[in-house]
Amino acid sequence: MRTPDQANTIDRGAAGLDRRELNVALYRKLYLIRAAENSIRKNYRSDVMKTPMHMSTGEEAIVAGVCQALAPSDQVLGTYRSHGLYLAKTGETDRFFAEMYGKATGMAKGKGGSMHLTSPADGLICTSAIVASTIPVAVGAAFANKVQKNGRLTAVFFGDGAIDEGVFWESLNCACAMKLPVLFVCEDNGYAVHSPAGQRHGYDSIAAIAAKFRCNVFSEETTDAEVIHDLTRAAVGSIRTNERPSFLYLKYYRYLEHVGVNEDFDQGYRSRQEYERWAKVDPLKVTQIKLGQWLSQSDIGELERPIDEQIAESVRKAVEAPFASAESAYEDLVV
Amino acid sequence: MSRALSYRDALNEAMAQEMRRDPGVFVYGIDVGDHKRIFNSTKGLVEEFGSDRCFSTPLSEDAMAGFGLGAAANGLRPVHVHMRVDFLLLAVNQLVNMAATHLYGSGGVMPVPMVVRAIIGRGWGQSFQHSKSLQSWFAHIPGLKVVMPATPRDAKGMLIAAIRDDNPVVFIEHRWLYDVEGDVPEEPDPMPLDGAQVLREGTDVTVAATSWMNVEAVHAANILARHGVSVEVVDCRSISPFDADTVLKSVAKTGHCIVADNDWVHCGFSAEVAAQVYQGCFGRLKSPVERIGYAPTLCPCTRPLENEFYPDARDIIRAVERKLSLSESDLTGEDFYSYENKFKGPF
Repeated sequence: MRTPDQANTIDRGAAGLDRRELNVALYRKLYLIRAAENSIRKNYRSDVMKTPMHMSTGEEAIVAGVCQALAPSDQVLGTYRSHGLYLAKTGETDRFFAEMYGKATGMAKGKGGSMHLTSPADGLICTSAIVASTIPVAVGAAFANKVQKNGRLTAVFFGDGAIDEGVFWESLNCACAMKLPVLFVCEDNGYAVHSPAGQRHGYDSIAAIAAKFRCNVFSEETTDAEVIHDLTRAAVGSIRTNERPSFLYLKYYRYLEHVGVNEDFDQGYRSRQEYERWAKVDPLKVTQIKLGQWLSQSDIGELERPIDEQIAESVRKAVEAPFASAESAYEDLVV
Repeated sequence: MSRALSYRDALNEAMAQEMRRDPGVFVYGIDVGDHKRIFNSTKGLVEEFGSDRCFSTPLSEDAMAGFGLGAAANGLRPVHVHMRVDFLLLAVNQLVNMAATHLYGSGGVMPVPMVVRAIIGRGWGQSFQHSKSLQSWFAHIPGLKVVMPATPRDAKGMLIAAIRDDNPVVFIEHRWLYDVEGDVPEEPDPMPLDGAQVLREGTDVTVAATSWMNVEAVHAANILARHGVSVEVVDCRSISPFDADTVLKSVAKTGHCIVADNDWVHCGFSAEVAAQVYQGCFGRLKSPVERIGYAPTLCPCTRPLENEFYPDARDIIRAVERKLSLSESDLTGEDFYSYENKFKGPF
C-alpha cells in the first residue's frame, strides 16, 4: 500500500498542471458538484423533479480527484449515487438537469432519471440502480480496451456495500486473472443504505484482502482531492507498468440521507457529532484553504461565479424543455 | 452451395465464419476452450483465432455476463456460451437489469450487440437442474430477443444474424438437435430473427412448435399422414419477437391449433401463442387450442419417470386425433426418438 508521503512526491497532474492549476481544476469540479446538488436540494421540495435522488454531497473529493487524474478518453462507471461522478467526468449540466427534470433533452430523454446517467462521449458508460452491477461491466469494457490496444483505462466506482455482493468478488478475480486495465474505486461511507459495516462484514479490511489478489492496492482516508488525485495517478501508473488492476480504497461521509435531499441525523442510526467531525474537513473547505496560497477570496469567487451561472442556465433550460412524446416510451428498446 | 451438416457443425461454422469476417467477435464462457469444446460446437476456434477470441472463464456466470455487456458497449461482439440454460439463471441480473436496459438507459445511443448461447439439457438422467428451457422467462423482458432454432440451416443462419444483431439475443439450443442433419449453405446466410416458418405443410391441424418439439411434431405428422391426416407444422423459431401472423395464417386454414412448446405449460410461451390464436382466429377455430409441454413437475432423473416428464410425438398424435374426433391409431411398430439412438452419456 502507498502512503500519502509517497503519493505526494508526484508533483504534476495528469494534464501536466502545476500544483496551483491542479487545485484550481479540482476546485472547479468540487464546486460544480456541490452547487449543482444545492440547486437540486433547493428545488426538490417542489416535487417537480420526480426521481429518487441519491446525493453525492460529502463525496466530492473522490470523484473530483480520481476523474482529474484520468485521461478524458478513460472510461468510468458508477452507482445510483453518481451525480458527482457525472459532473466530475463530463463538466456538463444541460443534459444532467434535463434528466433530473424528466425532460426530452435529458441523456435518456427523461426515461432514466437520477440513477441512470450516461455520457459515452465523455467516457461515462453507465450508472446503475442495482448495487455492484456495473463492476463486471467495467471489467468487460477493460477487456475490450485491452484487445483494441487503445490505451484507455476503465475506472469503476462502488460503495462498500457492493463488496457484500458476489459479483464484486467474481469481477475482481476475473480482472486480476486476465490482467485487465481496471481501476476499482471503493468509496466507503460506512453504511450500506443504513446498515453499518460492522454488522455486515466478516473481515476488518477490504484493502488487506484485495492485496491478496494480483492487483495493486491503494488506501487513504482523506477529503483532500489533491491527495486522492495523486493516489489515483499512482494507481493508474501501476496499471500501466505491471499490467495489473488497481484497487483504490477511500473513505468519505455521506452528508444527507441515503435517498432524498435532507439530513437524517434524527433517525438514530448515526449522529450529528459524527457528521461534524467530517464537516471540519469538508472537501471544498480543504481545497479552498490550499488555494489560499495562490488566490484571494475574491479570486475563488471568480472561479465559482461562471459555475453558478452555468447551473442556473441549465436549470432554466431544463424547466422550459418539453417532456418526451408518448411514442418515445417505446423507442430505444431495440436497435 | 449447400450440403448436409449437423446442427452442431452448423453452429460451429457460423461461429468460425463470423469470427473470420469481424475481428470484434469473440466467444467465451465456462469450458468454451477445453478439450470438449461445448459438445464440439466451438471446435477449432482456439486454434484458428487464438485464446484472446475463444477462451474459458472463471466459474462466474454473473460477472461474465456483465463482462459481455461491457465488451459490447466498447464495440466488440461477445458470444457467451452456457452449457446449460440452468447456469444462465446465475446471470439473470446482468441480462435482465443491465444488458436489456442499456440502450434504453442511454437514450438510444449505446447498443448491446451480444449473444448468449444457452443449451437445453435432456436425457441420460440430467434431472431437475440440467433440464430447463426458460424461453418464456427471457421473452417476458422487453429489450431481449429470444430465438430457438430447430434445424441445422436455422442454427447457422440465426446464429450469424444474432451475432450481427445490435441487441442482446438469447440463443437457445436443444442438446438433442446437435446430431440432427440437414441442408446448410456453405456461405454465411443470415436468417431473420423475427420470423416463424412452416416446416411441413398440411390442411387438417396446425401444430405450432418450438425447438426439439418441431422434430417430434414432424415425426407425428409423418405417422399421421399414413393414417390420412394432414398436419401443418409451424416452427415458431423466434420467441421474442414472435411472428404470430405465420401461426394465425395456418390456423385460419386448419381451424385447429396445438401448441407444442419445449417447456412447462403454466405461464409458458404456449400460453402466449394460444392467446394470440384466440384473438386472431376466434371465429375460425373449430376446437379449443390445446397445449403440450413438460409435465407439471420437476424433471426426474430415472429413465421411466423422465419418459413421463417429456412430451413426444405420441402425445401430439393423440392430441390431433382428439381434435378431429378420430379413434386412437395403432402405433405398434412405430419408432420414436430416444437418446439411445445417437446420444450416450454422460452428457
